[in-house]
Amino acid sequence: MNRFEVITPADLASASRLLAQDGHVAFAGGVDVLDLSKQNVESPTALVNLKGLKELGGIEVRPSGELRLGAMAKLSEVAEHPAIRARFTAIAEAAGEVATPQIRNLGTVGGNILQRPRCWYFRNPDVNCLKKGGDTCYAISGLNRYHAILGGGPAFIVHPSNLAPALIAMRASATIVGPAGERTVELEKFFTLPTVDPKRENSLKSGEIVTEVIVPASPSSVRSHYLEAREKQSFDWPLVSVAIALDRAPGANTVRDARVVMGAVAPVPWRSPEAEAALKGGPLDESRARAAAEAALKDARPMSDNAYKVVIAKVIVRRAIMSVAGLEAA
Amino acid sequence: MSRRVTLNLGFQGNTRDVTVVIPDDEPTPWQWGERLSVVGKPTPRVDGPLKATGAAHYTYDIELPGMLYGAILRSPRPHARIRNIDLSAAEHLDGVRAVLALEDREIRFAGQEVAAVAAISSDLAADALKLIKVDYEKMPFVVDMDRAMADFAPRVFGSGSNVGRTSTSSVGNVARGLEVAANTIEAAYTTAVQTHVCLETHGAVASFNAARDQLTVWCSTQGVFSVRDDLAVYFSLPPDNVRVVCEFLGGGFGSKFGATPEMIVAARLAGATGVPVKVMLPRGDEHRSTGNRPNSEQKVKLGVDRDGKLTAIDLVQRGSGGIGGGAGSAGPFKSIYRCANIRTEERNIYTNAGPASPMRAPGWPQGCFALELAMDEMARKAGIDRLEFRRRNSDNPVRAAEYEIGARAFGWAEKNSSPKSSGAFKRGVGVASAEWHAVGVPGPEAQVIAHRDGAVEVRVGTQDIGTGTRTILAIVAAEELGLPVDRVKSEIGDTRFLFSVPSGGSLSAPSNTPAVRQAAAHLKDKLFRIAAPILGAEPDDLEASDGFIRVRTNPSRSLAFADVCKRIPGDSISAQGERVANYEGFRTDQAGCQFAEVEVDTETGIVRVTHVVAVHDAGRIIDPLMARSQVNGGILMGIGFALFENRRMDPMLGIMVNPTMDDYKLLGSLDVPRIDVTFFEVANGITNTGVMGLGEVAHVASAAAVACAVYDAIGVPVRSLPITPDRVLAALGRA
Ligand SMILES: Cc1cc2nc3c(=O)[nH]c(=O)nc-3n(C[C@H](O)[C@H](O)[C@H](O)COP(=O)(O)OP(=O)(O)OC[C@H]3O[C@@H](n4cnc5c(N)ncnc54)[C@H](O)[C@@H]3O)c2cc1C
Repeated sequence: MNRFEVITPADLASASRLLAQDGHVAFAGGVDVLDLSKQNVESPTALVNLKGLKELGGIEVRPSGELRLGAMAKLSEVAEHPAIRARFTAIAEAAGEVATPQIRNLGTVGGNILQRPRCWYFRNPDVNCLKKGGDTCYAISGLNRYHAILGGGPAFIVHPSNLAPALIAMRASATIVGPAGERTVELEKFFTLPTVDPKRENSLKSGEIVTEVIVPASPSSVRSHYLEAREKQSFDWPLVSVAIALDRAPGANTVRDARVVMGAVAPVPWRSPEAEAALKGGPLDESRARAAAEAALKDARPMSDNAYKVVIAKVIVRRAIMSVAGLEAA
Repeated sequence: MSRRVTLNLGFQGNTRDVTVVIPDDEPTPWQWGERLSVVGKPTPRVDGPLKATGAAHYTYDIELPGMLYGAILRSPRPHARIRNIDLSAAEHLDGVRAVLALEDREIRFAGQEVAAVAAISSDLAADALKLIKVDYEKMPFVVDMDRAMADFAPRVFGSGSNVGRTSTSSVGNVARGLEVAANTIEAAYTTAVQTHVCLETHGAVASFNAARDQLTVWCSTQGVFSVRDDLAVYFSLPPDNVRVVCEFLGGGFGSKFGATPEMIVAARLAGATGVPVKVMLPRGDEHRSTGNRPNSEQKVKLGVDRDGKLTAIDLVQRGSGGIGGGAGSAGPFKSIYRCANIRTEERNIYTNAGPASPMRAPGWPQGCFALELAMDEMARKAGIDRLEFRRRNSDNPVRAAEYEIGARAFGWAEKNSSPKSSGAFKRGVGVASAEWHAVGVPGPEAQVIAHRDGAVEVRVGTQDIGTGTRTILAIVAAEELGLPVDRVKSEIGDTRFLFSVPSGGSLSAPSNTPAVRQAAAHLKDKLFRIAAPILGAEPDDLEASDGFIRVRTNPSRSLAFADVCKRIPGDSISAQGERVANYEGFRTDQAGCQFAEVEVDTETGIVRVTHVVAVHDAGRIIDPLMARSQVNGGILMGIGFALFENRRMDPMLGIMVNPTMDDYKLLGSLDVPRIDVTFFEVANGITNTGVMGLGEVAHVASAAAVACAVYDAIGVPVRSLPITPDRVLAALGRA
């Protein structure tokens, strides 16, 4: 780890100005910032401390039913918030499945969606991979059991955030403040594939700060659920995760609208229009859930060691659908 | 000089009298059924509060005036010749006090020590490492065991083959045994490299005196005396001029015997700078460079006759200890089950990876896994109940009794016959047998001191690797002196105390407790001599119990222990005891068995262990709490070995890809099953305490039982550890 200073800016504008400078990195909960520094993946000269910026705090369900998550809201607060659990279930569940209580008490909403991938080549100080400016993605010919099965290339990382798939399933957008002012971007469009720039996972620009995430009001006819599969039950990353949001007309068994977004399968949170279309075709039952799961993985291109993730992903998608739909497995 | 004592040895329903000759000053061994006051009662870990509050001082916590911080530069390359090392930039960095080249020739694994620095802060030391320029000439390497065996594979050691010497053993005629068998099976099993993952990484603080002829080292070690001897040789000092201290130690599991490289580095840097130097390894180095359990590939053939008796056991094994050796796993094949024809063949394959070091029952968990899963495959083929199959092939009465206890506690009959459940989640059960030899060795000496204020101190140059050594030594002395445990304090972990053996191989309890007991008995004799005239009795007529010294035939004539101590001339009185040679015992081996229940999600391949029942014998149990904690630890490490842990090497880069605590999968609290431990007490003789070690035997069968349970759950064996979801799905034909 190199030496750096920690600066606590007085307000958002100065935070943004500081972050526009080279070597300055935003410091939220610090879980990933410090990991990355210790792993010599990043060598910031200054950490710009976001704690205390009032625009970034708080969790609020507005009278309109819209949910506002301050970027500095902690994962544990999101997981335990009664209104989020009731009306934005997938989001609370996704936050609650992250790592351990210690990490959930430190990790923030902004930090979680902006954390860097966990690829063991990327995180290894002795390996200069494509994502660090080298010319090779070592996962291709190397050990890739946890790597991408969808959307990979030229880098084959998977996006690590639990929260992002759930937020996208609930149609969230981020408010971003930067040198050019404020902008709002749908989270679905915020994350970028390695084809755009293998060194990055999103379109945040220099000096920009995510201030909040807004989730539109969710009608009472919408049910959502987040489900993940992991090898260990404690302290482990998902092999595959999925967030589902289903809108069904009251009393009816047909799906008006659906969102299916997978995590840990692709370099970005992976929305599956194919699975969503399959869900909308007719009455929701187990065979439709299966068809949707098949559709979600139709384009999967597993690598040498990770074909099993395709199998697991199908199971997780189907189970999540069955669970939101209140169906029991046959 | 010596006397004959008759001991009643064995266990309930199976005892025999054995007459042994023991030295006169050796206390009479505790007898079967003898009523003891504190031995065998649950005593909480005496240093638990210190550990829980952070007051316990580990090596990491040692801070000395003027101390420097050392750091080690390691090779990022798996195989290279060093053309040149340029230390000058590092030497010129402000705050750097010494820079050493450690290796100037050939690098054989990524993680090997290359150079070291000492600086006024650990940050500066890290900065200095970055300034060291090493010019490596790349050499071809091989990290994969199969590739290392190929004809034109790169040589790990230029001169020799990568295939080490074959070691074989044979009794009877295996070919014949397979020929006459009614059923045979043949299968290959593999296990992955597991690293020790000591909670406290390796490290040391070293300090020389001004004349550079006295060296003191505080370090995280399983053997203060073995470190002392190694350092004495390395620095050409008399052993007496080297003092090694390890007050608290955060795990070793076999990786912390002797003077390991970072200790020598710390001492060399201390020598070079004239001030104390601390070197603590980062986690990545701990995974890569400080040792590991070798992997294995085990080709097993079994034959059984019509009665379900084994007619042949055949093992052809290889494993790689990286640039080190010791990958054998034949132990369990040769002795757990009775068979007239057994042949084993083991080979160590060299690869460009970190060296193996002993790890909790070296070779046995690997061997036990392959043997026991093969036993289950055979039982299925021959149509015999798996437990019954094991009973039929074991002639150890201790194990036979333990199978019954375990089967009852676990509910084997019912669980083994109940349906695996419908749907995706399937339950399965398994049983596996353990074995170890932990009778201890002579050598340790102990000192027990009574102070005028009535406090008692035990001093032994052993160390506590987490097993509760301090606690059980205090219990043994308290028992002998008739005191409550809290009146006795154990002082260990210092070569200024009397000699003891390393804490490994389950040696500590059976080697140290008899010495402590003898020392306490000698001290008691001295106190009796003080008390006798006051009580108007002969020393021989006295006994010590409940905090009093009293006349055996007239207990109302007594003195409080503390009052006797007040009459100690001077400040204290002390006595020594030694660990005499092993005398005859009931058996020198330990049996033990573990039952596991798992739940397998057959759609995702994810396995959870839900329940483990362990039955173990370890002679006399001094403290059931410490003993149970040992067994819990052995089981958890075994579950990690069975399901999660795998040192993964990239074949193209030759590096470990997962040297971190999130990529190297160590089980966590939610992965811990319900664990029930039963001790089957055996009066074993051999020493005056009759204690046997427990650290290894508790771990031998754990992974095997889990693997057998997975087989039971899904109906197909997963023959490779760790049993990860991909392997379960592949076994089920789903991926
Ligand atoms: C052992 C372990 C297991 C884990 N398991 C999981 C898991 O299962 N699922 C999961 O989702 N995560 C997991 N995590 C990751 C953890 O959730 C994230 O590291 C954490 O949420 C990051 O949040 P933070 O607030 O600490 O971010 P920081 O580390 O402070 O920041 C992360 C990144 O985001 C930037 N940043 C942060 N906030 C802002 C902002 N408002 N505007 C602009 N940039 C910003 C920082 O500059 C940095 O680049 C795990 C972590 C560990 C160590």
